[in-house]
Amino acid sequence: MLRFLVSRLALIVPTFFGITVVAFLFPRLLRGDPVLLLAGERGVTPERYEQLVHQFGFDRPLVIQYLDYVWGLLGGDFGTSIATKNPVLYDFFSLFPATLELSFFAIAFAIIIGIPAGIIAAVRRGSLFDQAAMGVALVGYSMPIFWWGLLLVVVFSGMLGWTPIDGRINVRYFFDSVTGFMTIDALISGQRGAFSDAVRHLILPTIVLGTIPLAVIARQTRSAMLEVLGEDYVRTARAKGLPPRRVIGIHALRNALIPVVTTIGLQTGLLMGGAILTEHVFSWPGIGKWLLDSISSRDYPVVQGSLIIIALIVMLVNLLVDVLYGLINPGIRHRG
Amino acid sequence: MALLEVDNLTVTFKTAAGPFVALDGISYRVDHREVLAIVGESGSGKSVAMLAIMGLLPSSATVRADRVLFEGHDMLAMTPRQRRQIIGKDIAMIFQEPMASLNPCFTVGYQIEEVLRYHMGMGRRARRTRAIELLDEVHIADPASRSRSFPHQMSGGQCQRAMIAMAIACRPKLLIADEPTTALDVTIQKQILELLLQLQAEEGMGMIIITHDMGVVAETADRVVVQYKGRKMEEASVLNLFESPRSPYTRGLLAALPENATGDRLPVVGDFVAADGVAPA
Repeated sequence: MLRFLVSRLALIVPTFFGITVVAFLFPRLLRGDPVLLLAGERGVTPERYEQLVHQFGFDRPLVIQYLDYVWGLLGGDFGTSIATKNPVLYDFFSLFPATLELSFFAIAFAIIIGIPAGIIAAVRRGSLFDQAAMGVALVGYSMPIFWWGLLLVVVFSGMLGWTPIDGRINVRYFFDSVTGFMTIDALISGQRGAFSDAVRHLILPTIVLGTIPLAVIARQTRSAMLEVLGEDYVRTARAKGLPPRRVIGIHALRNALIPVVTTIGLQTGLLMGGAILTEHVFSWPGIGKWLLDSISSRDYPVVQGSLIIIALIVMLVNLLVDVLYGLINPGIRHRG
Repeated sequence: MALLEVDNLTVTFKTAAGPFVALDGISYRVDHREVLAIVGESGSGKSVAMLAIMGLLPSSATVRADRVLFEGHDMLAMTPRQRRQIIGKDIAMIFQEPMASLNPCFTVGYQIEEVLRYHMGMGRRARRTRAIELLDEVHIADPASRSRSFPHQMSGGQCQRAMIAMAIACRPKLLIADEPTTALDVTIQKQILELLLQLQAEEGMGMIIITHDMGVVAETADRVVVQYKGRKMEEASVLNLFESPRSPYTRGLLAALPENATGDRLPVVGDFVAADGVAPA
């Protein structure tokens, strides 16, 4: 197990350096002189311009600039935001819990509904449920997040008034951030109604962000189950006289989980992209919205830094998936 | 009363090309302590018949029979729940591909313990002890540590032994062995057959061995059913079958044994249903 982990971790190193090259080159490949952009609309004198170029190190060779950048990253220096003048890492981690909370609920929503739906569709292949569920999944998968979010807001917040329109909690409630997770902080605060209000704020964003992963997980679970249900060991389990829920829920599902877990890992990575749109629709104060704002205001250090951090998170999720493979099916660890 | 009595069993599969008759009015009878061999080439419906009796065929199959009686109980009239109390306990089955028949995600011990848990209601500790005993009974060396092995850590022969341990866990009255040695090395084949016969004699089980191997038939069976394209060609005691086969198909099958080969070509079995005056399915 240890060897397995070390070999997978070793794979992360070159990937990490690949990402740093992309992040480093990105502002240098874009149109527009970053120094002039920094200077703002009033412009700078030629002397001041030279001074700034020197200050940012743009007058040095590209390779030196890159090494300097990576050295800073390794020391935890992800640059300083032009807009807030805060270290990128600081801004990131003050906003990240909001995104993490939303992503957690979204992926949990997708898993809790997607896996059972996929199982039932596979077991009752060709049934009305199967056809309906897969039809809905296809629609969900094809739904533009932006439009889907607005539609839900119009119907459930606007017309029916069941859910709040935006934000993470009603302004009535005020308490200090302890964990950064609104639901947990609301519980800790002990204020009456705060927790359920936080949950109510989560419902629509969770559905919007979770819809695509839900569709993908349901379809993947169905096809993986269909394949596994025809395997000899499932017939063995039936021949043992085991109840169907054990044959399907334990013997078949455990084997079908490998591709499903892969899908969940990939979807968790893609969640960041969905989060940007979802957070924008619901004014959710997470990194998605922050990143979008940074791009439009050309806050390059933020874009670069968050690109690297998000890439690291995605790599860690995939490492976790690799470890899960071995736990689900011990045969894979030995072959891997 | 016979242990298992099957009368006029017919199995039809729905296919895209219309209904396909896999089994056309077959009858079997197995007594206590008797070994019945069912012989036939691939596609002759040997396994389908056993899966039909166990209720393990997919929903695309239609099973009809005048009766399928196990110890006098009608298997086809049972609810799935009633049937599940019999299969795995009183009727157990082992399969052709031992590696693929064990679940790769669970230890061998766990898979044996499951049967003990569901059919015998045994507690955790008792199950563990019993699973190790069973592995010992099928002559697996170091059964305690083997019970913690996963199927991929064992050889094909060991996996088949583990399957047998699982099958005999509840002291079944009838053991169905579907091509139990086909996927194994020749040396292992003999050991597994000997083990099956030893257990059958010790436990007094009825046993059905499905095979296409006349050598296996000769070594194991009391009685033989020869099956071809879903029909029964011949039924005889093993001595009579080898000495004076009645059906031309059986004669062809015996003539096709590799040891009867002449020159550099192996003998082949032709289409014998037509020769019998019955149209091929």
